[in-house]
Amino acid sequence: MDWQGQKLAEQLMQILLLAFAAVSFGTGYVLGSFQMMMLIYAGGVVLTTLVTVPNWPFFNRHPLKWLDPSEAEKHPKPQQQQAQAVSSKKKPAKK
Amino acid sequence: MHSFGYRANALLTFAVTILALMCAMASFSDNLNHPSPSSSVQVLNVNWFQKQPNGNDEVSLTLNISADLQSLFTWNTKQVFVFLAAEYETSKNSLNQISLWDGIIASKEHAKFWTHTSNKYRFIDQGSNLRGKEFNLTLHWHVMPKTGKMFADKLVMSGYRLPKEYR
Repeated sequence: MDWQGQKLAEQLMQILLLAFAAVSFGTGYVLGSFQMMMLIYAGGVVLTTLVTVPNWPFFNRHPLKWLDPSEAEKHPKPQQQQAQAVSSKKKPAKK
Repeated sequence: MHSFGYRANALLTFAVTILALMCAMASFSDNLNHPSPSSSVQVLNVNWFQKQPNGNDEVSLTLNISADLQSLFTWNTKQVFVFLAAEYETSKNSLNQISLWDGIIASKEHAKFWTHTSNKYRFIDQGSNLRGKEFNLTLHWHVMPKTGKMFADKLVMSGYRLPKEYR
């Protein structure tokens, strides 16, 4: 997924779950059926999973524009300076 | 939200949190219910009334217990536990409560009932105080929810008296 797609997925997930929670609670309360509330909510969770978790194509409508390889060669990365470390080892004196 | 696992985890966590909130709201909705239960108990017969060898009085009663507890049920009610207790005062104890009968009501349809029975549990005093004793029969109930808070209440029926002499 691209960045826009990720944002869309997150928003869709939150809105869908909250909507199903409201619908299921309202239906269950009005019908007087706890079981109905749980069934509708469970169905809603499954549906939301199917819509937001897999990497659907509509989440990739704003793909990242990576730089073309031939263009990248014209602008090489700056070389890192090799650090000249002068290390002097001192052998411990034998007693 | 960059990977399958990340999104699945976020979704499940949010879904379970919302579920907890819905259960809290369902439990809270029980407060909106104002029940109006009713009950009456008749002592049909004192079967026997003796002093046990250990010195304690015991009495056996035949009771007719009828009640309408339908208004206690809400959409969030799993079952109602109901019991009938004999309550009286002695010089040793300011309150004695003895459960004589109990039952579980699983649905609203079964909440309007009557039962003609002898006491399910033995009515034994701590001592020998029951002759001529005036006592109350109190119906207690616990409304057990599917989720959340349990409500308990009672209905006191007074004016019962045991015989003056053993039978």
